Amino acid sequence: MKKFRNIRNKKKRIPSKYLLAILSTVCVLALFISLVFNINGGPLNMVAGYVFVPMQKGINGAGAWLSGKANDFKTLGEVLEENKALQEQVDELTSQLNNTKLDQYELDSYRELLELDDQYAEYEKVAAHVIAKDSGNWFSTFTIDKGSKDGIAKGMNVIAGSGLVGIVTDVGPNFAKVRSIIDDSSNVSAMVLTTKDNFNVSGSLQTMNEDKLLPFTELRDENDEVQMGDPVVTSYVSDQYQQGILIGYIYSIEENPNNLTKSGTITPVVDFQHLREVLVITAIKDTGEENIKQGSTDTQE
Amino acid sequence: MRRKIVLFIIITICFLLQCTVFQSLSFAGIAPNLLIIVVSAFGLMRGKKEGLLVGFFCGLLVDIFFGFYLGVYALLYMYVGYINGLLQKRFFPDDIKLPMIMIGVSDIACNLLVYFFMFLFRGRFHFLYYLKSVIFPEFVYTMVITIFLYFILLKVNQWLEKHEKRRAKKFDV
Repeated sequence: MKKFRNIRNKKKRIPSKYLLAILSTVCVLALFISLVFNINGGPLNMVAGYVFVPMQKGINGAGAWLSGKANDFKTLGEVLEENKALQEQVDELTSQLNNTKLDQYELDSYRELLELDDQYAEYEKVAAHVIAKDSGNWFSTFTIDKGSKDGIAKGMNVIAGSGLVGIVTDVGPNFAKVRSIIDDSSNVSAMVLTTKDNFNVSGSLQTMNEDKLLPFTELRDENDEVQMGDPVVTSYVSDQYQQGILIGYIYSIEENPNNLTKSGTITPVVDFQHLREVLVITAIKDTGEENIKQGSTDTQE
Repeated sequence: MRRKIVLFIIITICFLLQCTVFQSLSFAGIAPNLLIIVVSAFGLMRGKKEGLLVGFFCGLLVDIFFGFYLGVYALLYMYVGYINGLLQKRFFPDDIKLPMIMIGVSDIACNLLVYFFMFLFRGRFHFLYYLKSVIFPEFVYTMVITIFLYFILLKVNQWLEKHEKRRAKKFDV
């Protein structure tokens, strides 16, 4: 009887060597397909999305509740002190706001004059929660709880507060993968707001770990006009990122050995350690072709 | 069947904990690698086949939610499971030395491979920096978690094996 069972079991089983070979081939094929056709997951995204995303949401909800409880223990004195400081800030900001409003009226009238309205139009946004962060320690990607069902597509920009967070690299039906700008493989073409010089901001694990900074390269600044603290926004030449989203402020500048370009570091405005809610801009940057088309119709009109 | 369901639950729990709770419990931005513990432990306890299957599914999960291309981590974790499975004959449940060593070695090997293929090829040459600030801290943190997680996995496996033996006996009679 025992012998019989062993035989039956052996028949059913594929030797592990072959299984390893088969699955290796499957993996390599999947790799190849996702490299060549730029597809990531496909139906797998759907299955995984429906199974795991609800659980991730649940766990994160519990985590948020716990940290909320922890915050309640802040002593009253601390809160009062904070309140006082905040009141001062409110007064200061109110006066600033008034000034800005005045400037805004002026700006609006100029814009109307220049008919630049549509270029600076507000982007449509969708709010989403961060539900999971990269399981490894090498890259900075995370998933959010909105997917293709909510109108999110590959290539959309993600912001938090007023700053750029990253870009959607893959979508499932109810989740989306976002690569943040501090990810080691990320590259953003950016622009210094004060001088309109274009340069390249790349993510780096090393500088981010050491001092929470992003390195930039290839800044052409012959007259030494760019200074520390200048705001940096996404550039109009970028083919992935919408124009004019704030990335951060220049922290340090160094002359490159070739004396033509400069490099340095930027302090990002977004707190990447404590990302909870993000906004996804539901507009994808126009590719060159469409721009040309639009341009031609504009001239016809 | 029971084993499959239990394995699925274990993988799910570890994956979810790793990418939610442990990311917020990370020290200096470093989180432990629970999945490598699961893959390595099941490879050692159950042999090549189960090791490579557990590895494959763990890797696939990571690929779907965080990977660049589908299949990278699946391939990596699958081989980790398989290689650990080769040492099943030397495995004794009471001895924690072998699992500790193998989980540590697996974690370091995985990170070295990731560094080699995804960082070195893009011109990040400060190997010592990455060793000091990513690979080593993750190794230490993972080892600490291993002490707890390994015994849970061991108990779960023993419970499963007991049930499987009982069922096999029933069929014999």
